[in-house]
Amino acid sequence: MTVYDITFYLFALITLGSAFFVVTIRNIVYSAFFLLFTLFGITGLYVLLSADFIAIVQLVVYVGGILVLLLFGVMLTHKITNVQIKSGTLQIIPSAIAVIVLAFALIKIFLSTNWKTFQLTAQNSSVQGLGVLLVNQYSVVFELLGILLLIALIGAASMARR
Amino acid sequence: MINITLYHYLIVSSVLFCLGIFGVITRKNAIMVLMGIELILNAANINFVAFARYGNFGNSGQLAALFVIILAAAEAAIAMAIVLNIYKTFTNINIDEIDTLKD
Amino acid sequence: MTESVLIKLALLILFLPLIGFIVTLLFGKRIKWLYWFENSILILAFLLSAVLAYFKLTHFTDQTLISEFEWINLGSIPFVKSIIIDLGIMLDNITVLMILTVNIVSLLVHIFSVGYMKGDKRYNRYFSYLGIFTFSMLGIVLTHNLLMMYVFWELVGLSSYLLIGFWYEKKTASDAAKKAFIVNRIGDIGMFLGILTLFLTYNTFSFDKIFYQISTGNLPFGTEFGLTVAGVLLFCGAIGKSAQFPLHVWLPDAMEGPTPVSALIHAATMVAAGVYFMIRVFPILSGDALLVIATIGALSAFIPATIAVTQNDIKKVLAYSTISQLGYMIMAIGVGAYTFAFFHLVTHAFFKAGLFLGSGSVIHSMHHEQDMTKMGGLRKKMPLTYITFLVASLALSGIPFTSGFLSKDGILAGTFAFGSLTGYWYFAAVGFIVAFLTAFYMFRAIIMTFHGKPKNKEKFEHAKESSFVMAMPLVVLSALSLFFWYSLNPFNPNEGKLLSSWIKTPEISVPQSARYEFMKTDDKIINKENLEEVTYSNSYTEAIHHAHYPTLFTSASLALLGILFAFIFYQWKVFDPNKFAEKLKPIYLLSFNKWYFDEIYYASFVAGTIGLSKIISMFDNKFIDGIVNGSALFTKNFSAFTGKFDNVVVDGLVNMMAYISGMFGLFFRRFQTGKVQTYILFVVFSLIILLYIFR
Repeated sequence: MTVYDITFYLFALITLGSAFFVVTIRNIVYSAFFLLFTLFGITGLYVLLSADFIAIVQLVVYVGGILVLLLFGVMLTHKITNVQIKSGTLQIIPSAIAVIVLAFALIKIFLSTNWKTFQLTAQNSSVQGLGVLLVNQYSVVFELLGILLLIALIGAASMARR
Repeated sequence: MINITLYHYLIVSSVLFCLGIFGVITRKNAIMVLMGIELILNAANINFVAFARYGNFGNSGQLAALFVIILAAAEAAIAMAIVLNIYKTFTNINIDEIDTLKD
Repeated sequence: MTESVLIKLALLILFLPLIGFIVTLLFGKRIKWLYWFENSILILAFLLSAVLAYFKLTHFTDQTLISEFEWINLGSIPFVKSIIIDLGIMLDNITVLMILTVNIVSLLVHIFSVGYMKGDKRYNRYFSYLGIFTFSMLGIVLTHNLLMMYVFWELVGLSSYLLIGFWYEKKTASDAAKKAFIVNRIGDIGMFLGILTLFLTYNTFSFDKIFYQISTGNLPFGTEFGLTVAGVLLFCGAIGKSAQFPLHVWLPDAMEGPTPVSALIHAATMVAAGVYFMIRVFPILSGDALLVIATIGALSAFIPATIAVTQNDIKKVLAYSTISQLGYMIMAIGVGAYTFAFFHLVTHAFFKAGLFLGSGSVIHSMHHEQDMTKMGGLRKKMPLTYITFLVASLALSGIPFTSGFLSKDGILAGTFAFGSLTGYWYFAAVGFIVAFLTAFYMFRAIIMTFHGKPKNKEKFEHAKESSFVMAMPLVVLSALSLFFWYSLNPFNPNEGKLLSSWIKTPEISVPQSARYEFMKTDDKIINKENLEEVTYSNSYTEAIHHAHYPTLFTSASLALLGILFAFIFYQWKVFDPNKFAEKLKPIYLLSFNKWYFDEIYYASFVAGTIGLSKIISMFDNKFIDGIVNGSALFTKNFSAFTGKFDNVVVDGLVNMMAYISGMFGLFFRRFQTGKVQTYILFVVFSLIILLYIFR
């Protein structure tokens, strides 16, 4: 067990454990906070995979943007005086069975596949490489995503106003 | 010697994926469903980055993850707008009660 | 100025009018002044084409600039060689001169229209149509392959249709538009078949590649007859577009459109596209095909000229004279006088546009009166229009010191030389007779319109000289009808740059055995520098040279004779034309009724179609209906029997099935909860099952 391994297990535990609470706990606000921990754990995994830029983006966009947006949604769609900000559940048992079976099936498939992997080498920061790719090979995709974000922005604003 | 291989990451991501599916299927509240979707997207992202790291694909895999994050942001914004509209129409956001499509 | 700059310039000139069309069409309803945008675009296009023509003619005199790109590569198909369709443009001297001509006439017509169409409710729409016409005409001129030629060919047909029917509220106008379109289609089918014949043989649409293949001896269907068929089929397109006999009937009706449109499309440019097309494909026309072309051209020159003598509508006279002059050009191609055909195309474009615009000016000031018998005496009211009209008429009649004299004389010399070399003298005879008739009917029109006493006092009082925008184009066009633009020697066109160094007969690709005798290449002179001599043996050039002065005097004196006759009949009234007509009643009626072409076509084709439909409908009523009725009776009895069977047995079965389906439905309905999450759960289950199956 190296430090790397310990760190990986730690982050995997944080991720999966809090993800479990996200989907099981009844209080929506708590659930959202556990989602925060899940995202944080995933950020850690990214760092372990030496994807530094993605990790930062994950923090900024998910934690700073999407999570706050979800919390706002919770606040806007429940009366403040209503303490019971809770979500009901349905079809628990068949879902649990289905999901567990699916999980085992997926894991079995992943493990039984002989992935062609390479020896890991130390990697520098990927920011420069990403930047170069973004404006050369993927410039069209980049532009299109920009347009998509703009359209989503306009669409969301106009839909929410109605 | 690092003992963590690609398989570890794949197991984490598949478990996370299934948890996300579970969330999407079981929760009544639309916002909770959205959280489940975020988990699914993150599971996919972990796969992207892990394959990129172990498969020696350079930075393209990370770029795909980046694009997924951007799409997730757009999706979240649109979904929240839809949720707010649903709230205005039905005064709640429990999707099991929103089944007017059935009739 | 390099070659690529010239190519880009040509493309710019091509697409400018398209921009004008799109902008004017889209925003013309809101923005009233937008027609000035279209006009300024045309001014720009004209200036650019002048620059283009100058540099092409001075710096790249003997080069053909081609710019092409691969549009479709169909790869190689079994039994066929690889098919590659190229698009591209070609710039040679004829192209740039044609671009310049089209742009000059188009610009002047635009300017004229500003005055002529004033107050029309679809003013901007009109200018946008002119824009698309200019674009497609330039496309025809610039293209280097048959496919684009065909596309633009149809586009000019479309814009012609739109502009003839511009005042579509008038029934005659919309009918004329339909007639023009349908008659053109008949010719275009032939042209399309011709193009396909060439394409199937050579797997390419490009002129230069087809020419090269033919010159290596690879013929359509492997025979010289195949080449002749291809040439005649291509000529069908020109018959339709250039309103040649027997498809000439649409052009006089097309005069229902606005007069500037008649000037631009139905006199100067579009109808000349057929001639231009023949000029382009001249190298592949075999001797037999050329003879067919010359015959059609001669007929089209002669018949409309006789019709024009008796028409009273000023625009109809000009329309028939247009057909007649186009017949001249086609005939010139047919007898091998290639350079003079193009020369006459250019000169005719200017003076005929001038004549039409002049008649437009008259019609405008007479409040849309076109009947010449109600005009007269307008010379004093409209002196400028009169003088310009007179100059253009002199050019059309072929009076010395005009451009028409130079070009018409060249064509007549060509027919004369052709007659002396092959013995087919009747082309020359037709040429001279038509020259006489042309002068006669043009001056008949002038005298009836501008001389004598006014016949309609009220309209005469209101008539006045046109405004500047309408007068300016007239002056420019009549100036362009004078000789010195083309050749400084008013009696010999060959001394001008145009014919001496710019336009040359191209190298003919047709095999030696399929050519006219005199077009065969003489081995002794094949190495000389001069292309003219490589193509034709000396005999034709010499024959034209010898024919030059005799034809010059004959044609000029015949034209003067025609003018004299016009004055005798209509100005001085030595003979009463009406009594004269009475004496020659059959001939007069034949001419006045346009040789009954419309009636013949109506009786044969239109009525034939209707009669055939009637017979078929009779067959339908009697025979097919009988079968149907008989079988219906049988069916009725049979169904009475089966009805019983149905009610008892089948309905019972069906009801049982329905009951079972209903049960199934009730069961499966439970799964359709309308809740998304249930569906997702089903999806997950299905996924698991799929994973199990495909594990």
